[in-house]
Amino acid sequence: MADKPDRVTLTPEQQRSRRARSIAIAVVLGVLVILFYVVTLVKGPGVLNRPM
Amino acid sequence: MTDISAIDHRKKVAPLAPAGLISEAGVGDYLALMKPRVMSLVVFTAFVGLMIAPGHIHPVLGFTALLCIAIGAGAAGALNMWYDADIDAIMTRTASRPIPSRRVTPGEAAGFGLTLGGFSVAVLAVLVSWLAAALLAFTIFFYVVIYTVWLKRRTPQNIVIGGAAGAFPPMIGWAAVTGGVSLESFLLFLIIFLWTPPHFWALSLLRTDDYARARVPMLPVVAGPRETRRQILLYSLVLAPVALAPWLLGSAGAIYGVTAVVAGVLMVALAWRVNKAPEGEGAARAARGLFSYSILYLFTLFAVLLIERGLPGLLGRVAM
Repeated sequence: MADKPDRVTLTPEQQRSRRARSIAIAVVLGVLVILFYVVTLVKGPGVLNRPM
Repeated sequence: MTDISAIDHRKKVAPLAPAGLISEAGVGDYLALMKPRVMSLVVFTAFVGLMIAPGHIHPVLGFTALLCIAIGAGAAGALNMWYDADIDAIMTRTASRPIPSRRVTPGEAAGFGLTLGGFSVAVLAVLVSWLAAALLAFTIFFYVVIYTVWLKRRTPQNIVIGGAAGAFPPMIGWAAVTGGVSLESFLLFLIIFLWTPPHFWALSLLRTDDYARARVPMLPVVAGPRETRRQILLYSLVLAPVALAPWLLGSAGAIYGVTAVVAGVLMVALAWRVNKAPEGEGAARAARGLFSYSILYLFTLFAVLLIERGLPGLLGRVAM
């Protein structure tokens, strides 16, 4: 029988902070998607025209 | 006063012991890495630069520019905390920061700072302005490499030269609107640049022991409190008239001019009091007073510029 793979068991505190970090990353990515979408709407066809 | 020859500024003080493999850092710890109080001043001065610049920027793009500047400043703060973790652990003022208190590992902070820095510059370049992005990239580079890595542990002029990093944000805001830099935006830079030494040295007078223990050659540690107080007065004497320049050159109105005169006289008066204060509690009180007032001084100058120059343009566009 194969050995059980080594696994790390997270403490409740580590699980809580990992969950909070994951949510924060998701929120940031969501904001970034919305930002790019809105800027594309605002700039319209001139989205690639930028001042120096 | 400490013998500077006894300090080897090139060496970092002491390596931190490795932290745990599994992070328990919360979102608040990462926010703390971004130095939110410094960031608030950066955002405000950038906002003023953006608002008073001639021309128009769509509010969404203006918001994007400010967001990128804020994140870029946060990235610089995180990289600063990563490099300075050893001396932060020694100083009372900074010992509770996320890395010395073992809540965030140095590697996490470095990765966080590099990621934010790269993203903030790239987004600013792609969505707003190449020049603004280039200035933001240079600001981050200047704060992390020139100030933190090169100057901070080597020379008492560290915050004089390094202060340029904190002075760039209004120029970045200006560049986001106009796509260029100008004498007016350079004056905003100059005001913050000259404001930094008296502001920071007033704080360092109160933390001399902390800096000496961490072997950071701040001016009071190397040259002593008396010379520091003299330098504070000299810089204040230069700062006050330079702060009048936007009015004298016609880029700010009478309200700004009067405010700059009154606020400048008060700044010089408080610097004079610091210079003349005897040692002990009186000197500490004078330094604390100047430190607090210097924040109000800069905020007032930029707020008046914003009200006088930025708001009329904004109201005009809303009325159209």
